[in-house]
Amino acid sequence: MPTVYVNDQPVELGAGEKLNCIQAAQKAGVEIPHYCWHPSLSVVASCRMCLVEVGDKKPDGTVAMVPKVVPGCQTPVKDGTVIVTNSPKVKAAQAGTLEYLLLNHPLDCPVCDQAGECGLQDFSFKYGRAYSRLAEPKNQKVDKPHIGEQITLFTDRCIMCTRCVRFTREISGTAELQVVSRGSGEEIDIFPGNPCNNKLAGNVVDLCPVGALCSKDFLYEQRVWWLKGKNSVCAGCSTGCSIRVDQNKDVVYRLKPRSNPLAQGEFMCDEGRFGWKYIHSEHRLKFPMQKLPGGMSAVSWPQILPAVKQALAEAAQRAPDKLGVVLSPFMTVEEAYLLSKYVKSLSSGAKLWMTPPRVVGEDDQYPKDLHGNATLNPKFTIRAEKAPNRAGVEAVLKHFGGEIAPLDTALAQVANGAIEAIYLVGGDPEGWITPDQTKPLAKAKLVVVQDLLDSPALPQATFVLPGTSWAERDGTFVNHAGLAQAIHRGLRSPGDAWPDGRIAYELAGRSGMFHAVTIRQEIAGVIPSLAALIVGDLGDEGVFLKSNDEPAGQSPAAANGAVPVAGGSRS
Amino acid sequence: MSTYEPVLLARINKDQSHTLDSYLADGGYDAFKKALGMAPADVTNLVKDSGLRGRGGAGFPTGLKWTFLPKDHPGPIYLAVNGDESEPGTFNNRILLEKDPHQVLEGIAISCYAIRSNTAYLYLRYEYGGAWRALQKAVAECYEKGIFGKNVFGSGFDLDVRLHRGAAAYICGEETGLIESLEGKRAWPRIKPPFPAIEGLFRKPTIVNNIETMACVTQILKRGIEWFKSIGVPPDPNNPRDAGSYGPKLYCLSGHVNKPGCYEVPLGITARRLIEEYGGGVPGGRGIKAVVPGGISMGFLAPSELDTPLDFNGPGKVGCLGLGTAAVVVVDDQTSIVDVVYNCARFFAHESCGQCTPCREGTNWMQRILHRIRSGQGRMEDLDLLLEVSNGIGMMPGTTICGLADGAGWPVKNAIRKFRSEFEEYIQSGRSTIKPSELVGAH
Repeated sequence: MPTVYVNDQPVELGAGEKLNCIQAAQKAGVEIPHYCWHPSLSVVASCRMCLVEVGDKKPDGTVAMVPKVVPGCQTPVKDGTVIVTNSPKVKAAQAGTLEYLLLNHPLDCPVCDQAGECGLQDFSFKYGRAYSRLAEPKNQKVDKPHIGEQITLFTDRCIMCTRCVRFTREISGTAELQVVSRGSGEEIDIFPGNPCNNKLAGNVVDLCPVGALCSKDFLYEQRVWWLKGKNSVCAGCSTGCSIRVDQNKDVVYRLKPRSNPLAQGEFMCDEGRFGWKYIHSEHRLKFPMQKLPGGMSAVSWPQILPAVKQALAEAAQRAPDKLGVVLSPFMTVEEAYLLSKYVKSLSSGAKLWMTPPRVVGEDDQYPKDLHGNATLNPKFTIRAEKAPNRAGVEAVLKHFGGEIAPLDTALAQVANGAIEAIYLVGGDPEGWITPDQTKPLAKAKLVVVQDLLDSPALPQATFVLPGTSWAERDGTFVNHAGLAQAIHRGLRSPGDAWPDGRIAYELAGRSGMFHAVTIRQEIAGVIPSLAALIVGDLGDEGVFLKSNDEPAGQSPAAANGAVPVAGGSRS
Repeated sequence: MSTYEPVLLARINKDQSHTLDSYLADGGYDAFKKALGMAPADVTNLVKDSGLRGRGGAGFPTGLKWTFLPKDHPGPIYLAVNGDESEPGTFNNRILLEKDPHQVLEGIAISCYAIRSNTAYLYLRYEYGGAWRALQKAVAECYEKGIFGKNVFGSGFDLDVRLHRGAAAYICGEETGLIESLEGKRAWPRIKPPFPAIEGLFRKPTIVNNIETMACVTQILKRGIEWFKSIGVPPDPNNPRDAGSYGPKLYCLSGHVNKPGCYEVPLGITARRLIEEYGGGVPGGRGIKAVVPGGISMGFLAPSELDTPLDFNGPGKVGCLGLGTAAVVVVDDQTSIVDVVYNCARFFAHESCGQCTPCREGTNWMQRILHRIRSGQGRMEDLDLLLEVSNGIGMMPGTTICGLADGAGWPVKNAIRKFRSEFEEYIQSGRSTIKPSELVGAH
């Protein structure tokens, strides 16, 4: 095995693994500070923060050091490479670079959004000096709030790492951002009249190691040290970007992408990034409701659960073939499984459907070329399928003999009397039923609606069960490529809404509490196509349902873009 | 006066020296025909054996650079000729291009043949309007006469020479900055490796050579190795890494001298001889305070160091960076060294491309410290700070991508080391030499 020595600590490289010094040191648990380098962007080696000493360990044990400091990001490692990150020479270079970076950087940390998660703060604290020797006034540059609809630029905080510029050139391909002027007068800017409004623009805020590029949505909303993050998966489309939900006191403030080479790579789209606002919609259902002689009225869970169970059981007894359940691709695998299993236990003749996910346009692939067309090697894809778990619910549905059909199929059966009792699961924040579609429901004897938002179906419902958004529940989402990822409950639900898994769990009358990991393992034993869930804890990156679906040595670009493999089984 | 008879500048005073007819009448393009009769590798070896070192500043052996190209590369291979002559005090390329462009073009043609390149790009700095017009005319003449184009002189060798006029930036003279600029991008020097000889212009193997080097190539082909080696300074036998300083050199003499100008002299002349024999001494018989040996990024020679030979090694022995572009700038004893150094620092702060942190911030910081000293607000510790910054920003190679930071630091640290007492006296006096006009026009 090729071995690299980081501060005398040996690190083994995998076969064919191509790393630079920063990555090799990361493997050894040693941090090499860096700003301009990013694993998904090209190497420019311009911030000069990652300077290290390198050398070569000869077979006879002697080490020949290179007589200078070199940028770690630009220096590949090979067998016998020696990396020194803590010598006086390296420390002097790090302290020097930090002093230069801080020369013109305003110390407005108390009002800066980035404070608390700022690369300049962290590295200055660890590697810098305590005070500046600049006796002159700092450079003053004009802020540029017009740089994009969602992003704003605090020009004077910029340290010119050019990550944002490279992102718009290499990942989004739209190239709105550029460097203007020269020397210490340099600024990031847009071409006049061409603001940075592409669908991935929000990522430049994450890429910015300092507080120069800020999200207008998050600006001055919260100090980051108050935020509590929970790993989750974006529910915006079937790409299933790994994200972190940052909330404080049950209020979501922002979503941040997590690095996950198996899912989307490093980034996420603005549609998902800013598409969580319905979580705090005033139209959220907060209490269970039941149609009583006096009209719809709020009731408590202990009242409504037995009533729903009894109504469903009676309906199943009366006409076992006339019970139907419409599942939603917004459900987790566990919820779909528990509900399907429960309904099938009432009546084996019960019909199961899943409404197909909403499809908007076509898959949107990046980077774009000059004409706005996708290029040959996509690095990021916003999928047309606007639901997180079509694949997962479909697998459950197939096991229980259900079918994928538009909502109208089920409603037509209600209209012609083939279905008398129907359990509708909503979940699509954009709406899943139109007022016209609700008309057949008047004929049904029992209508149960489980949803998180107000919808036209509610007036027709016998029972309304308030569910929750994906950010408030535990479970499993399976993305377009068959990658099963765990979502975690990041905040408490408003009012008396329950996580959907808990509703299904209690309806099924199981003992104890809903625990996603346990259910996941149960599913793995029951449904062969979901056998990979047996691990229970899916980790931060998730697992592929079919291990042969995950080609060994898959290129990062393919993983990032999740390119549909020609003829492959990934949809 | 020396008995040396100029070769590179032999034709510049002739009438119509820039035309092809005049050049052909003087045996022009015979050297190119001679080269076409040789194998490309033999031409490369000839240049290698001549000991020709690049005239652009770094003094890298030209023939050796050519051999770095990948063998049997299917092409295209490019030659980029660096006419972005921006080092303050340097103007020899301008003379060559305005007065004798065909000598340079012939060298380009020979070099292209030697490195098996069919396309040469000549990058000219924006400010050289006269040279631009002369070059355009000269290239058009060559195409007309079949010297450039397809199948030149029936040899089967195709040659295209394209002219590119820059947009006036010092950094475009750095070889990878020049390549980026040729590609239509911002001239931010590239990280190396890969070196341009492996992956340069349009990601193809590229050789970057100076204008004066091209003129030397013409003369080497014309007059042979023996002639070239008979001029200049042989390698120092005690220094195995010294490649010698052979050949004539165009010294650009400017500043406080009676006869500033571009003088062709064998390499190795001392600064004193150059100033006194060629420049006619300092006006008014004043003394010399400092001499820049080769462009301001090389540092300063103190009066006691004027007998330093100006070859590729000489200035380095007295604490300067090197010969550089051989732009000799004389500073008389009536001039404040603080003002001189401030001007150097201002130039580099203005020209720093802004890519690497130490250079972007450090050059500007040095300028501001010097500005403060000049406005009477200096502190003694500023001198040590200046020394630290000028040492720290450009520990080439290492802290920055290209050599600009190194060049920016050198005049500052060199001046403080050699003229520290004057800096101290200046700070202690508390006087200000800033003129109101400078405050208005200050960058």
